[in-house]
Amino acid sequence: MGIVCNLRRAAAATGLITAAALISTSAFAAGDAKEVEDQDWHFEGIFGTVDKASAQRGLQVYLEVCAGCHSLKQVAYRNLADLGFTEAEIKAIAAEYEVTDGPNDEGEMFQRAAILADAFVSPFPNNEAAQASNNGALPPDLSLQVKAHAGGADYIYALLSGYADAPAGTDVPNGLNYNPFFPGSFIAMPPPLAEDGVEYSDGTKASIEQMAWDVVSFMQWTAEPEMEQRKKMGFKVVLFLIILSAILYAAKRKMWSNLDH
Amino acid sequence: MSAGTNQTGGTGSGLVKWIDSRLPVFSYMQKEYAEFEAPRNFNWFWNFGAILTFMLVLMIMTGIFLAMQYTPDTGLAFDSVERIMRDVNFGWLLRYLHANGATFFFIAVYIHMFRGMYYGSYKGPRELLWMLGVVILLLLMATAFMGYVLPWGQMSFWGATVITNLFSAIPLVGDSIVTLLWGGFSVDNPTLNRFFALHYLFPFLIFGVVILHVIALHVTGSNNPLGVDPKGPQDTVPFHPYYTMKDSVGLAVFVTIMAAFVFFAPNFFGEPENYLEAAPLVTPAHIVPEWYFLPFFAILRSIDFNIWFVDAKLAGVLAMFGAIGVLFILPWLDKSPVRSAKFRPMYKWFFWILLLDCIILGYVGGKPTDDPVFAGAEWFKIIHLGYITTFWYFFHFLILLPLLGIFERPKPLPKSISEAVLGGGTSGSAATAKPMEKA
Repeated sequence: MGIVCNLRRAAAATGLITAAALISTSAFAAGDAKEVEDQDWHFEGIFGTVDKASAQRGLQVYLEVCAGCHSLKQVAYRNLADLGFTEAEIKAIAAEYEVTDGPNDEGEMFQRAAILADAFVSPFPNNEAAQASNNGALPPDLSLQVKAHAGGADYIYALLSGYADAPAGTDVPNGLNYNPFFPGSFIAMPPPLAEDGVEYSDGTKASIEQMAWDVVSFMQWTAEPEMEQRKKMGFKVVLFLIILSAILYAAKRKMWSNLDH
Repeated sequence: MSAGTNQTGGTGSGLVKWIDSRLPVFSYMQKEYAEFEAPRNFNWFWNFGAILTFMLVLMIMTGIFLAMQYTPDTGLAFDSVERIMRDVNFGWLLRYLHANGATFFFIAVYIHMFRGMYYGSYKGPRELLWMLGVVILLLLMATAFMGYVLPWGQMSFWGATVITNLFSAIPLVGDSIVTLLWGGFSVDNPTLNRFFALHYLFPFLIFGVVILHVIALHVTGSNNPLGVDPKGPQDTVPFHPYYTMKDSVGLAVFVTIMAAFVFFAPNFFGEPENYLEAAPLVTPAHIVPEWYFLPFFAILRSIDFNIWFVDAKLAGVLAMFGAIGVLFILPWLDKSPVRSAKFRPMYKWFFWILLLDCIILGYVGGKPTDDPVFAGAEWFKIIHLGYITTFWYFFHFLILLPLLGIFERPKPLPKSISEAVLGGGTSGSAATAKPMEKA
């Protein structure tokens, strides 16, 4: 991990950038965030798979809590079949959202219910609208968040379950919230999860940790929907290549034994 | 078809002979890749030429299929890459092979180059062979840089901004060059379009220079771990089947390691922030190039002072390009008549120090310049380590190598490869090479 860690903590070539740059509230200092704890995820390791029950609950958390502000543009409703939902269930989920379609025969745009082929409907029509509703901060799209941060799933979990009261003497800027895991400690997102914020249909107790865990399981899947296929294929490919290497090496030794050396 | 035209002999059917007497592709392949005599004592480091050829073909193949699905438009590029990852059949495999392929291409290139340095492969008569290799390195770096811009993530955009801005350091014409590179007044859609076009073109330029590299190799023949020229057939083996076999083993092992990353840790060498779409108004906290550029990036940043009338920025850029420039003239900097470090007791040490120096430069390139190197010694910062390692890099090539050629006392060379290989490695013994073929 050495190289990657170095890269992540690596330097800005600010002296060389002539382009004027606005620094977002999120990019003050990356060094002072609280250490993220390593969690034991179901998807880790070369045989890791998606915990479908958890990811299904995570979808519920996303739809009922996160989707108020965060889009999920890279994922289509049809993709939910990967998590074990039936077609009827997915159609029902999609039908609750409206998309603009058209133009129709009269040249008019029209609203219709979302279908399987549609991408998850975004809460705001554009980034400007999202920022206008969120105090100037842009809620990031959640499709790739697990891959887009150094700590990955561990980081998102720590962030979601890690809101705390600011230490005495810390002045939290107006409109921001204290979260020790966030670089700079002040995050625009208010604590999104509250105890029993959703009611799980499978009876799981909806603690903050449980909801954070489930939504991260879900987001890991949205970031790497190919993961199970990739690892399964990888096992076969790498095993094949190891055997091939061994056979080639044996053949090479046999061939070279004809020579003095 | 008179008998007179069929003079190249050779094996094969009548059709092969018919073609060969008009276009000698078969006899060329036979002569240059099958019968081609290679020193019998290559070690495993001589695998990397074949590995690199494979990597170039792999990158071109995966790249062409990716280009069929990719859209070079600032509004669509990021989403088109995600579409490749999600909706294109095995698109994730193509992209991860291509992205990790770049990393493993550079791993192989750097091993290949350091092998050449250790065994003195750049020395006469192989100067042009080596220089063509440096040209390939430069083209490879340009290609990798432009390819990294295409996904249009945060690091794509900001990396492109930083690197293209380097050219503005050039006096008089710098700003015009930058405008030309951008196709406008900032990194934007025209930049992405031209980088895509050039990223598609450059691999074929590389392919062309690789052909020249191989032609030059087949004129001079390969160097070998002893650095002693083959004296006759007892010192060589036919390239096929001996080295085609050995190269296959090395290639299979190399591909196994690469596959492990592609399938199990495909983003290990990547920068997480490149999974955020480019946002020209949001500067990332840390802008870093890909790992294979870090040593050069460290040299660039280490010159943060004016040198005479040259300002720091231009001096840094010159030093960075100079780091590759010294490789061009390496065959004339190293004055020692002995090729292999095996027989150069002092150079051997300095080789390993240079390798360590380059690794530390890579470490420096990936760290903020005012971080302390060791906890507890706050006064010794990364930038200081950068000064030392940058100085050593140029000191090694420009001062040390010429002096070593004068002051170093090389060990006696073996009379021939076969003597060293078959005669138990005792150099200087009077025994003549014995005939080699047992079978």
